Amino acid sequence: MTTQSIDPTTRRVPPLGGLNLTVLGIELKRMLRNRRTIIFTLIFPAALLLVFGGQDGWQDKAGSGNVAAYILISMGLYGAALTAAAGGSMVALERSLGWSRQLRLTPLNPVAYILMKAVVALTMGALAIAAVYVVGIVQGKAEMPTDVWILSAVVTLFCTLTFAALGVFVGFIVPGENAMQILGPGLALLAFLGGVFIPIDSYSQIVRDIAYWTPMYGVAEIARAPLTHELPWYAVVNAVGWFAIFVAGAAWRMSKDTARV
Amino acid sequence: MTQTDTSNPAVSGDPGGTSVPAVQLSGVTKDFGPVHAVRGLDLSLEPGEIVAFLGPNGAGKTTTIDMVLGLSQPTTGSVEVLGLHPRQAISRGLVSAVMQTGGLLKDLSVRETVAYTASLFADTAPVEEVLRTAGIESIADRRVGKCSGGEQQRLRFAMALLPDPAFLLLDEPTTGMDVEGRRAFWSAIRADAAKGRTVLFATHYLEEADQYADRIILISQGRIVADGTGSQIKAMAAGRTIRATLPFADPAPLTDLPGVESVEVRGDAVYVNAKDTDAVARYLLTETSAHDLEITARGLEDAFLSLTGDHDVEGAPA
Repeated sequence: MTTQSIDPTTRRVPPLGGLNLTVLGIELKRMLRNRRTIIFTLIFPAALLLVFGGQDGWQDKAGSGNVAAYILISMGLYGAALTAAAGGSMVALERSLGWSRQLRLTPLNPVAYILMKAVVALTMGALAIAAVYVVGIVQGKAEMPTDVWILSAVVTLFCTLTFAALGVFVGFIVPGENAMQILGPGLALLAFLGGVFIPIDSYSQIVRDIAYWTPMYGVAEIARAPLTHELPWYAVVNAVGWFAIFVAGAAWRMSKDTARV
Repeated sequence: MTQTDTSNPAVSGDPGGTSVPAVQLSGVTKDFGPVHAVRGLDLSLEPGEIVAFLGPNGAGKTTTIDMVLGLSQPTTGSVEVLGLHPRQAISRGLVSAVMQTGGLLKDLSVRETVAYTASLFADTAPVEEVLRTAGIESIADRRVGKCSGGEQQRLRFAMALLPDPAFLLLDEPTTGMDVEGRRAFWSAIRADAAKGRTVLFATHYLEEADQYADRIILISQGRIVADGTGSQIKAMAAGRTIRATLPFADPAPLTDLPGVESVEVRGDAVYVNAKDTDAVARYLLTETSAHDLEITARGLEDAFLSLTGDHDVEGAPA
């Protein structure tokens, strides 16, 4: 009452733009207790592996491993992509709930926020890949050198950032919690077209010509490259191109979102 | 505390010489394309003031609030909070805002929401202590989506008070509260203001603004149309009405008195609307045989309507 008790000059700014382990922990916990996330991202791809992984010819040689390993990497990619997309779509949801606005009234830096979301998406992606790989090991059919197991997992993980961006993009176009209803079937279709579920060679020429242009094709080729030792240049162009398109799309929708942030 | 306690020592009290205004707007305008949402605001809020921010929808209230919170940039002019850019003030935990709706994640628990928010600031009160003070300790493990509107509002307050802000912005803070809750709320706000916290609240309840704010700022069409205490605004807008019993009154000399807006004779009674009712009263009592004088101030509601109406309001001091 006698003097001003709040002295602005004594206040500190948090380090790292507000990024911290408490927030990361709570964000991860949120993802892990969402039943739909768990089913679609951790259980579903692993189940697909059990179904597809044992098909005829799984023992056949593929690159430095066998066909089962080829399918394993593909399913890991699918699971991780789905997880990342789900994580990305939450950005738009949080914005529509006014949570982003709430966060902007805290020291949390917008770059730190994106970074945090990326870390959470990558962690969840890693869990999805791990789930598929563990099921693959237990199944005992996939065979490839140890370094290929590890390298393919790491490459797959980074390929999923494309789908995190896609999730953000779609999340802004489709309001509310419906984004996953589009992303789920959409990614399944892209996975079929991109040769994730069925080898691209088994399609007719026309379908194959289309498939080369779809977003899953490039990343699938890259993710399997450690195993197949084959990487066509147009697959790399495809992956880089779609990543750029989705990031640009997400950024565009985000800036167009005129709702009070 | 009761409603009779309307004095606030921190406001009238020492400015301390060194104190920076809590909020300072200088020549602020904001355009959205061809729309001029805010057309030149100059405003200064002193530490410890409780200020009500009133205006009809579309007056520029929300736009102004967004600029004060650093959520948008003014087209021209400058906005400073405690002498800092709003973003800098926020990153130091000096500014908090409580919105009426939204701003919560339904799938987090109450405790998680507080812990999440607390972790973003450099210095905060301990989470458990904040939960206790806000009276939400017993529902700390409940999902936010399962909390009632009142509980969510208490949670928003808990979050806002975490960094011990010097400036608190409230958007329709007591919507949905009962009379008792409203009174308790304002006595808590007042206690904090006495320690130097500045509070700016947007409200539609004129009565609440009149009762609890030290100062009322009325905004209309992007401009401040009135700024003062509740009684000043009431007087400024509509003046007062003086009624006297005066048979066969002649309205002409009354109309000629300075500050008289209208004179109406109804039977034996005469009604005079005037800014300076004292002068009218003096005239009536000394120059005429008028008796039974009654002087009444118009309600804040009348003032509000008259000041924010489409017609240009004369003499709106900033």
